[in-house]
Amino acid sequence: MTTVGQRKSHESATGHVSGKALYTDDQRQPIGMVSLYPVTAPHASARITHIDVSAAYGVAGVVTVLTAEDVPGENDTGVIIRDEVLFPTEVISYWGQAVVWVVGETETAARLGADRVVVHYEPLPPILSIKDAIAANSFQGQPLVVRRGDATTALQAADFCLTGEVEMNGQDHFYLETQASWVIPDGEGNYQIYSSTQHPTETQVIIARVLGIPNNRVVVTCLRMGGGFGGKESQANPFAAVAAIAAVKTGRPARVRLRRSQDMTLTGKRHGLLGQYQVGFSQEGHITALDVDLYADGGWSLDLSPPVLLRAALHVDNAYYIPDIEVRGQIVKTHKTSNTAFRGFGGPQGMVVGEEIIDRVARFLGLPPEVVRERNFYHGEGATNTTHYGQEIFDNRIACIWSQVKANANFAERRIEIAHFNQSHSYKKRGLAITPVKFGISFNKTQYNQAGALILIYTDGSIQLNHGGTEMGQGLHTKMLQVAASALGVKIDRFRLMPTSTDKVPNTSATAASSGADLNGQAVKDACETLKARLAPVAAKLMNLDAPEDLVFEDGWIYSRSYPNDRIRFEQVVEQAYNDRVSLSATGYYRTPNIYWDAATSQGRPFYYFAYGAAVSEVEVDGFTGTFKLRQVDIVHDVGESLNPLVDQGQIEGGFVQGMGWLTMEELVWDAQGRLRSDAPSTYKIPTISEVPEHFHVELLQRAAQEGVIYGSKAVGEPPLMLAMSVREAIRDAIAAFGAVDFVPLASPATPEAILWAIESVKARSGAKSGVAESLLVSPTV
Amino acid sequence: MKQVLESCLTATINGETVRIQAIAPTTTLLEYLRQSGRVGTKEGCGDGDCGACTVALMAQGADGKLHYQAVNSCLIPIGAIAGRHILTVEGIANGCLHPVQAAMVQTGGSQCGYCTPGFIMSLFAAYYDGTVNDACVEGNLCRCTGYLAIRRAASLVASSPVQDVFRDRLAQTATELGEVSYDGAQSQFYRPTQLSEVLALLQQHPNATLVAGATDLGLDFSHHRKSYPVLVSLEAVVELNFMHQTTEAVEIGAAVPLSHIEDRLRGVFPSLDEMLYWFAARQVRNRATLGGNIGTASPIGDLPPVLLALDAELKLASAVGERTLPLANFFKGYRQTDLQPGEVIVSCKIARTIAPGAVRRLSQSYKIGKRGTDDISIVAAAFCIDLDEQNQIVHARLAYGGVAATPVRAIVVEQWLLGKPWTAETIQQAKSHLKTAFTPLTDLRGSAEYRKLLIANLFEKFFVEYP
Repeated sequence: MTTVGQRKSHESATGHVSGKALYTDDQRQPIGMVSLYPVTAPHASARITHIDVSAAYGVAGVVTVLTAEDVPGENDTGVIIRDEVLFPTEVISYWGQAVVWVVGETETAARLGADRVVVHYEPLPPILSIKDAIAANSFQGQPLVVRRGDATTALQAADFCLTGEVEMNGQDHFYLETQASWVIPDGEGNYQIYSSTQHPTETQVIIARVLGIPNNRVVVTCLRMGGGFGGKESQANPFAAVAAIAAVKTGRPARVRLRRSQDMTLTGKRHGLLGQYQVGFSQEGHITALDVDLYADGGWSLDLSPPVLLRAALHVDNAYYIPDIEVRGQIVKTHKTSNTAFRGFGGPQGMVVGEEIIDRVARFLGLPPEVVRERNFYHGEGATNTTHYGQEIFDNRIACIWSQVKANANFAERRIEIAHFNQSHSYKKRGLAITPVKFGISFNKTQYNQAGALILIYTDGSIQLNHGGTEMGQGLHTKMLQVAASALGVKIDRFRLMPTSTDKVPNTSATAASSGADLNGQAVKDACETLKARLAPVAAKLMNLDAPEDLVFEDGWIYSRSYPNDRIRFEQVVEQAYNDRVSLSATGYYRTPNIYWDAATSQGRPFYYFAYGAAVSEVEVDGFTGTFKLRQVDIVHDVGESLNPLVDQGQIEGGFVQGMGWLTMEELVWDAQGRLRSDAPSTYKIPTISEVPEHFHVELLQRAAQEGVIYGSKAVGEPPLMLAMSVREAIRDAIAAFGAVDFVPLASPATPEAILWAIESVKARSGAKSGVAESLLVSPTV
Repeated sequence: MKQVLESCLTATINGETVRIQAIAPTTTLLEYLRQSGRVGTKEGCGDGDCGACTVALMAQGADGKLHYQAVNSCLIPIGAIAGRHILTVEGIANGCLHPVQAAMVQTGGSQCGYCTPGFIMSLFAAYYDGTVNDACVEGNLCRCTGYLAIRRAASLVASSPVQDVFRDRLAQTATELGEVSYDGAQSQFYRPTQLSEVLALLQQHPNATLVAGATDLGLDFSHHRKSYPVLVSLEAVVELNFMHQTTEAVEIGAAVPLSHIEDRLRGVFPSLDEMLYWFAARQVRNRATLGGNIGTASPIGDLPPVLLALDAELKLASAVGERTLPLANFFKGYRQTDLQPGEVIVSCKIARTIAPGAVRRLSQSYKIGKRGTDDISIVAAAFCIDLDEQNQIVHARLAYGGVAATPVRAIVVEQWLLGKPWTAETIQQAKSHLKTAFTPLTDLRGSAEYRKLLIANLFEKFFVEYP
């Protein structure tokens, strides 16, 4: 019996529910471990004029204070370029930036010590918004252009042309476990790191860089993470690095664990993004031309912003064919946290721009938005089924999913019901929307699309399974166990899934880009195939058979297809293999085939395949307050042949709710001084169970095997987040019902305040004559 | 009260007696659990807003019997657990997984697992009360699952549980909270049982701070890391823990937890029911008290607008005697009250009678936040309108939170409404008055303009819903 495809609970579920699953900071502390606490800057932009740490030593329990002078190697943790100073000595780049770190016998001692450190600043005016950055010509990285055809000419030729813009907020990851790293020196110049990191290899490389030692002296292990979502892809590095410096300086084990408000203040978030567009279209709603500028808020340093921006630019089209299109992108530099990877990695921001444009066209023409969406889908073959970056969508499942979710949701009937409801209710209105998702799967950076595994079989037949991916709740380890059990033909309980560690599988990619199962699964399978190929002759010999290739490995038994009743146990073969001096450990390796990208022309085949989905959402909006209630959600999503439907459904549901939070309630608020005011769950609101409707129906697309992917499955981590665009569009649909206008701008996130201003705008314009549509009421900035 | 301070507290954690000494009484229960190796309980925020640190505290419910109550261990000062029974996620698997644990495993209710211990303990507490539903986990944030698998787990254990060791334990444990006098790490914690002792302690220790459920003060311990030399807990004080209902009025002791008020007064005051529904989350309502919500005098406290609209009256006590005061006269400025040094809030009395000449009362409350559930209000409003036979307004109370430095009534508009008919036209005129009644601030929760619009719109919403 195969275990792939079963609804297996998370491999750590029993540990989770009983409190026995250990996270980085839950481990038994080694003797003499010190704790670190940062001294943070009270300005978003300033020159440092003076640092005096001496008073900290007056606090009992303060061991030492770390400053730039204590960095043995490079004082920089930048991941793409070297622009991320670890201990700033000259300038402060964002409010709350750590200037020095105090090391104490206890966290309390370190904190009290940090209170005593004196730093003098000369404040400078900060740049805090995308538009201010554009005005100040404050950019970083390289501008990018992705184009097909000639958008300028096509715009001139279009029946209609509209210009507009949409700006969206960033998003805090709000993983429940804050950043944590432990560094344990062995006294011989080697360091064992336990870090809550999605990218152990990069954490290893950065630590080696700041310590000025070779990578092989640093081992980074990730037990598991209490959530990641991209927020521990690069963001774990600086905290692991300062702990490592403390371990070097004191010779003692050292730990950093951020408190929640520190985590929110210090770490990067989803990029806020401004999209400015010019769209040309026909009377029937066919989009014929699009010219878009995307400005992503990179924050104070570059971090991963270039690939984030690229993914935004490659997803503006979402599921729509646009013949002539030009997308330009730039990364602005602001005095805020350095924005980073977050589930979707720029894709969601690009797609929100795309859906904004579709809705704009639909309302202008007086067509239902879903009709305009349908009319613009990628379809057919050749150009109409090829993206603006030149990748043909060889396996287009959009129309199929679309019709299925519409049927599941009774979309047509509910459109009529809602129209009746809205006619008979003046103060509350309902809205319905359906939106598609097409999301490219693979790292844009081609070299990241490789993975390794290491499987160790012991003579009792028990097995250790190592692979390069990290577990952050997404069920990767569970799926890898299923893959290994299926590929090796043994029961899952024979395996121990090992913590991800750079001394087991080296040079790994981040567990990111939804690629964990695709890449590591193939590597695990590869290792299993190697071991099976070694064990089969041993088994054949034991069974006096002469055709090892005919042997079947299944459920811990090995037998010949020809004589299925004559079988032997897996462990018997393992024991014999040892006696025959056959190696019982193997590495596995995988690289994604057939992908390439030309950065100079922004053309290529960057994605191995696309993941698809569609969602229907219905909301009710209160016209007095702007509050809304999500009433019903129906989803059809394509996960290929699911490796684990329980896990995949959890990813879809969780991704949707996280996306809904981003688009409706999670508001990052920086004040005029650049201080993050939403730095705790009291002020930054992620969805609770009460925001999730009772009627929430998820269906996995059936008979959906994806050729060339592990057991026909598909990536599922990121794509479902974007299904939540249906909530934003349903809210807009309800707002539109408060009047009769051809344009319904809506700020993002669509908080009650944003919704109420949008309603007031609709009402005001509906009451007035035509021609005032451009004089919009917009939400006053906070 | 014992004159000699004890240097050791005892409590029962997962059935095991623990002796707590040489740590400050303001050390949170969460810190103590983790430092003592019980790391199953997690810190997600340290602010009482995420529920990851939820544990079950055996405590008296509204019926006087012991219940398991879900509480945020990050907000509980260790002094408060003296003599109490606590269960954590490590302590509920009795040979095999507890039914709520098994259900969460089965449905995929855990992904990263970090919030899971908190959910487990919220479900555990609700399991023994037969109240397993969405509301029992509304104070638990999960960033992975979207809650649907957790809801499925809850539905598996929603039916009444069998008799088991945990239910037996409730019946076998004493209900009374004894008095405590503890000194740890140069800080003192007193838990007297008599009001006279409270007043005496306040005389002896002018620097003492009163604490009850610690859902507000707990932030000082947990988040702001402030130290308090002397804490006086009101949790066990008999005179502050009562509810008295007559046909004329309801009187609620200041130390009564909100969850008791929720249970016992349901249906008596619709506006109070509504606001309690939106008040924080279960873990907080199990600990927060009426007196605490009034005494902190926050301009965005949830209950003051409701109580102002119902003309609540406070009873205050000090060493020199008792006095009563309309709640409207209690709030003096931003987080300032008429409470004098050495004085405590004893109770809050709400009349159940409607105005003379009135034939019906319309009363409701509203709370608007960025998120419906468990949020701090942008604007909260409570309205109370008494109408005579001609549908004329004979009594009007419009009270708001989030619009001024204190919870406040729109007295000018209330007076203007008197004698007017309860009609759409009256409401429209009242709205124009309401728009200028207050000058709210812009803050991270909302703009002044939005607040002004809400002040007026909420009154119209009230009219539309209660014509």
